[in-house]
Amino acid sequence: MDLTERYLVGVYDDDEEVLNAVTEVKNSGVKIEEVYTPFPIHGLDVALGHLRTRIPIAAFMFGCLGLVCIVSLMSYTMYFDWPMIIGGKDYFALPDFIPIAFEGTVLFTAFGMVTTFLVSNSLWPGKKPRTFDLRSTDDKFIMAVNMANNRKSESEIETILRASGAIEVNVKQF
Amino acid sequence: MSHVVSPIRETLVSGGKSYHDVTNDICKQVEGEPTKEWKIAFGVSCLVFAYGAFCLGYTWWQGIGVWGLNKTIGWAWDITNFVWWVGIGHAGTLISAVLLLFRQKWRTSINRSAEAMTIFAVLCAASFILAHMGRPWLFHWALPLPNTFGSLWVNFNSPLVWDVFAISTYLSVSLVFWYMGLVPDLATIRDRAQTKASKFWYGAFSLGWTGSAKTWARYEYVSLILAGISTPLVLSVHTIVSMDFATSVIPGWHTTIFPPYFVAGAIFSGFAMVQSLLLITRVVFKLEDYITIEHIEMMNIIITVTGSIVGIAYLTEFFIAWYSGVEYESYTFLNRATGPYWWAYWIMMTCNVVSPQLFWFKKIRTSILVSFVLSVVVNVGMWFERFVIIVSSLHRDYLPSSWAMFTPTMFDIGDYIFSFGLFFTLFFLFAKFLPVINMFEVKAVMKGVSTNYPFKKKASGEKEKETVH
Repeated sequence: MDLTERYLVGVYDDDEEVLNAVTEVKNSGVKIEEVYTPFPIHGLDVALGHLRTRIPIAAFMFGCLGLVCIVSLMSYTMYFDWPMIIGGKDYFALPDFIPIAFEGTVLFTAFGMVTTFLVSNSLWPGKKPRTFDLRSTDDKFIMAVNMANNRKSESEIETILRASGAIEVNVKQF
Repeated sequence: MSHVVSPIRETLVSGGKSYHDVTNDICKQVEGEPTKEWKIAFGVSCLVFAYGAFCLGYTWWQGIGVWGLNKTIGWAWDITNFVWWVGIGHAGTLISAVLLLFRQKWRTSINRSAEAMTIFAVLCAASFILAHMGRPWLFHWALPLPNTFGSLWVNFNSPLVWDVFAISTYLSVSLVFWYMGLVPDLATIRDRAQTKASKFWYGAFSLGWTGSAKTWARYEYVSLILAGISTPLVLSVHTIVSMDFATSVIPGWHTTIFPPYFVAGAIFSGFAMVQSLLLITRVVFKLEDYITIEHIEMMNIIITVTGSIVGIAYLTEFFIAWYSGVEYESYTFLNRATGPYWWAYWIMMTCNVVSPQLFWFKKIRTSILVSFVLSVVVNVGMWFERFVIIVSSLHRDYLPSSWAMFTPTMFDIGDYIFSFGLFFTLFFLFAKFLPVINMFEVKAVMKGVSTNYPFKKKASGEKEKETVH
């Protein structure tokens, strides 16, 4: 069995053009694996048919977790473990706990969300990137088509990519 | 992706840059040999850092008795410097988070260095808190850790403990925000890297970023939410710093106006510091096409607005001191303006309230030299604001027999010098090894804001010739 993955790589040089090209190429019956761009293009993920990200839900959950953890810590230490009267206040002095409760929520949200982001995109320090074209982080917009997922021949796909505005079509194998 | 930009807006990227030009211009200073100017500047800041480190080391070794504090004035330069640096730090978050939420495109070329400044300024602030603890190696006593005192916990009712949580949360969240913003740009440098070392380091820190559409979609949400939580965070941090004062019973400190007044002051001094640094950076790294007069003018407008808010706060404080009928409060304020520290008060008033009003004149707020001078003046004024609040409120307390004056020793001054050394050493390292302008954000807004945008396609779909780079 051949283990190498074979890709056709369309190179575009304009962000608006690649956005239109995604719809064109898809309508011609070609399955696009992914598009790589040097900066975010609004609507590109929708055009590619990616599902809406659930990162905000994760962030909210981590925020709730942070709030619960930090309020538990404060009530455990100030109310259960070593109650002390401070300034004549209640042991459980809720208004005084608000600033730290807020900071804890923010801390958990930020770190939880960013960790989720890194894990879900499998990004980690020292990871070798799967680069289709080195210029995709500079000024080129790269459309990768996995040949294994497409029935059309390479020359057919190449024609479709070029018709949609690709300035180059290359072959990339992993 | 079409950008709707009002025709009255000035261009934010000049010189008809293409995406590739942006990459080249910004990566150039990372990839090239350090320039002579950089070497000199870095060398000087290292020397300053070394002298400061000696003074700080001596302070740590001997204890804070080497400072000029006395029985009456228990807080002076240490807390002044702490509040000053934290305030400066706030501008970075303000620029990257608040201006992101308000969709201000002009932030894109300045947010990276402003965020770096935030982190370095907060580190400087932390150095004063550590020194001020007297026994810095016991700093963990400020954290709720199980201990050998029968697990006696920290007092969560105390604003000083709130401050520990606020500052450390702020530092770590800012660091994450900054690093997440750096990852796509580090990947750009990685993909251009020629040497083995830069391939390794930029490769390791760019986390295998490829810029796939799916990653970008998630990334945009992550940035938006980080901005959303950083905005109240930055406001909470300086609010809590002000509560260190406001919850006490010292006349001149016990004021409910402090939180908004401190936050406005923080934005004011922070923007001034960003202005000073950017005016230098744009010349040293030849970034005049990215940091344009439009940027400088916008910053000056914010400095004027926040300076005016600060001015109103000063007047309100004075009025309320009289209106409250509390004689101690009234005396404190009269003493500030006419007592032995009158000069500090009037330096503060002139630098913070009068000087930013000059920016009402278009000629002045678009002049680079005047902008630079005034940005330094504002930070001098803001340092004196904290000095006035702290020292002039403390030096004459309820008992006239214990009235005193504060004289800084060489270690007060040396520890302040340390913070400058630390700040500039870190800033120069950042400016050499990391992209000082957020390349991907500039590219993303370029079509709306650049002059002679070269990639604009004709309606007929005819393609321009690909330029060979």
